[in-house]
Amino acid sequence: MRVVVWIAEGTWPACVDAVRDLAPGPADVVLLHVTGDAPGAAHGAFAGLLGRGRPDRDPGTDVEHLAAASAERLLDAAARRLGRPCTRSTRVGRVEREIVAAAEDADLLVLARDGDRSHLGPRSLGHATRFVVDHAPCPVLLVWPERPPDVTSLPPPPGPRKGGRAGH
Amino acid sequence: MVLACAVVRPWGWSEAVFAVPAALVLVVSGAISLPAVAAEAGLLGPVIGFLAAVLVLAQLCAHEGLFRTCGAWMARVAARRPRRLLVQVFAAASVITAVLSLDATVVLLTPVVFATAARLGVRPKPHVYACTHLSNTASLLFPVSNLTNLLAFAASGLSFARFAGLMTLPWIAAVAVEYAAFRWFFAADLDVGADVGAEAERPEWPVFAVAVVAVTLAGFLLTSAVGVNPAWAAAAGAALLGARALARRRTTPAAIGRAASVGFLAFVLALGIVVRAVLDNGLAAGLGRFVVDDTGLPGLLGVAAVAAVLANLVNNLPAVLVLLPLTAPAGPAAVLAVLLGVNIGPNLTYAGSLATLLWRRIVRAHDTDVDLGEFTRLGLLTVPAGLVLSVAALWASLHLIGTGG
Repeated sequence: MRVVVWIAEGTWPACVDAVRDLAPGPADVVLLHVTGDAPGAAHGAFAGLLGRGRPDRDPGTDVEHLAAASAERLLDAAARRLGRPCTRSTRVGRVEREIVAAAEDADLLVLARDGDRSHLGPRSLGHATRFVVDHAPCPVLLVWPERPPDVTSLPPPPGPRKGGRAGH
Repeated sequence: MVLACAVVRPWGWSEAVFAVPAALVLVVSGAISLPAVAAEAGLLGPVIGFLAAVLVLAQLCAHEGLFRTCGAWMARVAARRPRRLLVQVFAAASVITAVLSLDATVVLLTPVVFATAARLGVRPKPHVYACTHLSNTASLLFPVSNLTNLLAFAASGLSFARFAGLMTLPWIAAVAVEYAAFRWFFAADLDVGADVGAEAERPEWPVFAVAVVAVTLAGFLLTSAVGVNPAWAAAAGAALLGARALARRRTTPAAIGRAASVGFLAFVLALGIVVRAVLDNGLAAGLGRFVVDDTGLPGLLGVAAVAAVLANLVNNLPAVLVLLPLTAPAGPAAVLAVLLGVNIGPNLTYAGSLATLLWRRIVRAHDTDVDLGEFTRLGLLTVPAGLVLSVAALWASLHLIGTGG
């Protein structure tokens, strides 16, 4: 069994804990981090400065190196927390598409909610996470990064309002 | 042709390699008269000196550890809360852009902000995007904040203090629009907390560098008030910091020379001459009917919109060179409206202009990992609103303070 765990800033400990507690012992665990478009944004800002033709000054290159180092640190911390043999994988690109591509041969993809987590509901998934959940080519384990909100945070049910309750 | 070469940079050559010979050809062929060249050089010379001094000052501040300390300060004050970190990044990027120019924010601050976000374990995207946006938006305040401002400052005849006074409200309005837009646009990324256990180091401010920058800023106001070109204050600040860094062997004369970017300065001068020649040979007559004479609120909005569109098509540097001669006769109000357009406008297009963007698409340089749709949606959220509010703020400032002449 191949379990891919999306290691994202801020939410990764919950994913690692879920794998540690739930994945079967012989499972092949892959810790995956994707660097998004921060380096690209820095490259673009420098390209906008017309006339500064000094590629060695391009901050995007610095950010690329920093991002690679940061991904390694994050995966190190995740591997320590997992406490069992695992594979590490880093990718660069559009985060949501890279995650879906990496999950191609997976038997399980583990990821965390990362939106507004004060209520139960669709807003508890950020844009990239929503895309991955909608497009994942394998079973998905979607965990709360902290204690989930109470069931009373559910929005009121749709249907007849004001004139009393419908149904049984 | 010069612009195309500046965007394309064939064989990785410096932009000046094409712009300088092009300017020489125009001068030798008589396309631009020698007095016109002299006038253009007389206008651009001090601007270029000013620019060089500010570039050196920013680089020396980096040697002194100013930006690194800024990162430590942001990490400490943010206390692992992404929304607080965004406030710190906005504060740092706005002040650094205003005082040390947009180059300092793009080249020196952006990597520090990324490193700070990574160390705190928060999602870096909103904070890095804040740097790129504010390097444009927050460059409204002082003449030194942006090369476009330096060019307009020279053409406007305003004093340093009056320029800054008139641009304070537009600067605040534009940054406020960015902040509101970022809080909404990146709400999900900002909702995600930071990793626990990240240690924030204690920031140790390079007191001497900060003091020199503060004194230099005061020097800008003072020199301008007594009729001396504020470029001298920038030069004095850079010399002071440079002498200390050299004495302490923290830098070398060669490094200081590199920081001054002689190629860039030559490019700016040559581009100015080329644009002047193009204007003198028909473009000015063609654009003459667009010369602005309405400096009421609708007129200023129109000027800012045209400037923003032109900046997004080519780049804001040639845009400002073309628009200045057309707006300067109408007075400083129209010139400042041009600046609002060319400084805020570039946030709409990745890489600052369609020309650069298209070329980068063709060579597939670096930009494969940027979601252009998302970048543009963020621009659409901030640029039109920022333009309208900052022009309204400029209009209000003009009525409150006046242009002094």
